[in-house]
Amino acid sequence: MNFTKIIQVFVPLLGIELIFMIPAMIWAMIDHDVHVQIAFIKTMIVIAVVGILFWLVSRDAEDGFYAREGLVTTGMAWIIMSILGCLPFYFSHEIPSFIDALFETVSGFTTTGSSILVNVEEMSRGLLYWRSFTHWLGGMGVLVFLLAIVPLSGKNEGFTLHILRAESPGPSVGKLVPRMRQTAIILYVLYFVLTVIDIILLMVGGMSLFEALCTGFGTAGTGGFGVKSDSLASYSPFIQNVTTVFMFLFGVNFSCYYLIFINRIKDALKDEELHAYLGIIFVSILVITLNIRPLYQTTEESLRHAAFQVGTVMSTTGYATTDFDLWPGLSKGILMILMLGGACAGSTGGGFKIARVVLLLKSLRRNIHENLHPSEIKKIRMNGHIVDEKVLANLNGYLAAYVGIMVISFLLISIDGFSIETNVSAVIATLNNIGPGFAEVGATCNYSMYSAFSKCVLIFNMLAGRLELFPMIILFARTTWTRK
Amino acid sequence: MKIIIAGGGKVGTELTKKLSREGHEITLIDLDAEVLENIMEHYDIISIQGNAASLDTLEEANVQEAELLIAATDRDEENMLACLTGHAVNPNLHTIARIRDPEYKSQAIRLRDIFGLNLVINPEKDAAVEISRLLRFPGFLNIETFAKGSAEIVSFKITADSPINNVELKDFPQKIQTQVLVCAVKRDGKCIMPDGLFKLKENDVIYVTASSENLSALLKNLGIITKKTKYVLIAGGSRISYYLALELEQSGIQVSIIEQDPEKCEALASDLPEVTIIEGDASSQDFLDREGIEKYDALVSLTGLDELNIVMSLYAKARNVPMVITKLSHAENNRILDSLQVGSVISPKELSCNGILRYVRAMQNKEGAALSVHLIGEGQIEAIEFEISENDRYIDTTLKDIPTKKNVLIVSITSRGKSEIATGNSKYHTGDIVVVVTNADNPIRDFNEIFEG
Repeated sequence: MNFTKIIQVFVPLLGIELIFMIPAMIWAMIDHDVHVQIAFIKTMIVIAVVGILFWLVSRDAEDGFYAREGLVTTGMAWIIMSILGCLPFYFSHEIPSFIDALFETVSGFTTTGSSILVNVEEMSRGLLYWRSFTHWLGGMGVLVFLLAIVPLSGKNEGFTLHILRAESPGPSVGKLVPRMRQTAIILYVLYFVLTVIDIILLMVGGMSLFEALCTGFGTAGTGGFGVKSDSLASYSPFIQNVTTVFMFLFGVNFSCYYLIFINRIKDALKDEELHAYLGIIFVSILVITLNIRPLYQTTEESLRHAAFQVGTVMSTTGYATTDFDLWPGLSKGILMILMLGGACAGSTGGGFKIARVVLLLKSLRRNIHENLHPSEIKKIRMNGHIVDEKVLANLNGYLAAYVGIMVISFLLISIDGFSIETNVSAVIATLNNIGPGFAEVGATCNYSMYSAFSKCVLIFNMLAGRLELFPMIILFARTTWTRK
Repeated sequence: MKIIIAGGGKVGTELTKKLSREGHEITLIDLDAEVLENIMEHYDIISIQGNAASLDTLEEANVQEAELLIAATDRDEENMLACLTGHAVNPNLHTIARIRDPEYKSQAIRLRDIFGLNLVINPEKDAAVEISRLLRFPGFLNIETFAKGSAEIVSFKITADSPINNVELKDFPQKIQTQVLVCAVKRDGKCIMPDGLFKLKENDVIYVTASSENLSALLKNLGIITKKTKYVLIAGGSRISYYLALELEQSGIQVSIIEQDPEKCEALASDLPEVTIIEGDASSQDFLDREGIEKYDALVSLTGLDELNIVMSLYAKARNVPMVITKLSHAENNRILDSLQVGSVISPKELSCNGILRYVRAMQNKEGAALSVHLIGEGQIEAIEFEISENDRYIDTTLKDIPTKKNVLIVSITSRGKSEIATGNSKYHTGDIVVVVTNADNPIRDFNEIFEG
């Protein structure tokens, strides 16, 4: 393992984090929050010192960067970013406990949106801005951002592919164009433009600039941190509908947008995953609207709430316009299943990914078919291309790891003694980067009641979920750390 | 430039490496996912799994917007069809196809327009031409020709009894009394661009620029006796052997080919009536002795196995065959070869890459772009030919006053067909052809890039 080279990658990363703290600092200056400004300055000094240390250590790094370095870089980068990113909350004493601050920041970067804050309105605006901005940065991936702006070179110029793969969600991540840097720039430009459109529409709907920015960041990254305790419930139907649409949009694979952008609309619309995604959305909204109709006065209202909640859960955002914990069992059940499915591969959303679900179902159908016709040879296709058996084997491994993490973390947090529904939904909501779960971690509640140990387990879940399990799991493998 | 490369074999990989480093956007097509994965790990490119001759695959590779398609799969038919298809979709597409089968040779050239081929690359043919050039100029390991044949870069190995063994470079021209310039030295597999205090040692391979007229004087003064090659033994009846025999036959050289496979012998015998075809195992030293290996002027090892070629060449050297040429498919083995007596090494892969790179650079031929590029020393050193235009800097300035970058050397200036070896007092004028030698790490595309600042 080439650790010096890995550390070398962290240096510009810390620079990026430091620079992105400046806008948050400006909000604190506008509001004359001296303690927040001091907290940010302290954090920046810490980041600068760590950055200089890293730079000194890694000046003469040798080339040699392969798949495992890519995984370890990604896993460690996210941990380091989170630890440094949580310092403003901690230094300002607005979140007094370090574990809580870390939980909040990891929840931000991983675009989960699970909060330990009891009362969001009490927080100062500088910190709220930073909290929401972590969603935006974490949504497309901070290393991808790095790839876009810093030309990482080396003898092994293909190594950047491992970073893209480790950080971007989906079973088979590829480049859009031959050059990695160009690919990263395209992704970020699409992301930026969509975010700006969302923010403008939110402001048209009557939000202040600050609220629109924070809500926009949360929507774009499919995070879910709001600036109000009741999330989006008190905003106008227009704002809620805009957010619904954009949550769905950010849950779509960004390569579809690229194809539309380069005028290959037909190819973009042929994507099987997109069809499944839209199909699931349509059916779920329909069923839930009918199911919750008696709870609301008009069909419009129940449709709006159904669409919003389906969007928030499926894109793994985690906003809420209503307390869906009070909905009937069928609707809650559907939402729980949607939580597991997640958004499309290559989007900013989390979860198991629709592409994987589609592949699993296809492979299941093949298994059944093979039982009936043992000598028939069948290939699985996705978008007309034959899926490599290796991808399918990886998928099974992924499923095993996914279920394994879920079961173990469920057992670990059960020690705290909350209800099964709370614990199950807490694990699902963090591992799939959704945010709120059901019962005591429901839309109107938060995660503050868990013990520090359980919070650590959930922090791991959020990171593992965002990075598609393996970059985090590999950090716990002994062979990663021993020389061999 | 957007370039599609079809086929991730030896040539495809080498081209991917070279062209990607030069800043081109590469899309690589291959049938084998594992091959693609491996190449993707090393170079910043995009890959597509599929048949390069199919329209779907080419469209997926965005052939509509590509500027160049290089078809280098191992099947000629696929290469031709890929170019044909690509050209049909995008009429502005330049295409290069590798076509190896002699049966398609005339077809590919005559049907160029129909297939939309801009360049046909035949590694075996190119290797044969190169080998025959070496055989006609015995004494040098390699010859690269510039400025329409008026300047050359030749390479040779320094032997223990050579007059220039243990000589410092600044004394080199005096020692051999010829106007030449040492532009690079290969020692222990690494190419160095030496300064005047560099001391030559035994087994160094040196690359020297000289004008064509001076070549024979150089050979004489170096003490390399050159006898005209009359009898050549070729071990292995491959495609290169076929092309080489044809070439040599035309220059009146007697050729014998040893081949083990009776069917191949039959085919060669019917295609090459003037050539002696011997059926037998060239790797058997007894057999070589029986055929009288020591009587030949040259042995060319052209079997498909690098190891076998090396062993045969070593044996030929031991039996005092004056000229030995070894074909290696994996030139990267060359590093250990410098200490072995295997004569000149020919790598078909490198030769076809050279040809294609030259074409790519010519495509970018805007102001100041290179006329041609030659890779020497396993591609570690590039010799680039430029025509000086009015916009180039330092015209009519003596070379010693020009600040060039490190590892960049102007080696020859050709003015009105007359070549001159560059010295500190040389000047170049508009319209001259200048050859620049540089190490391949920092590719130079524009003449003005060679200057500091």
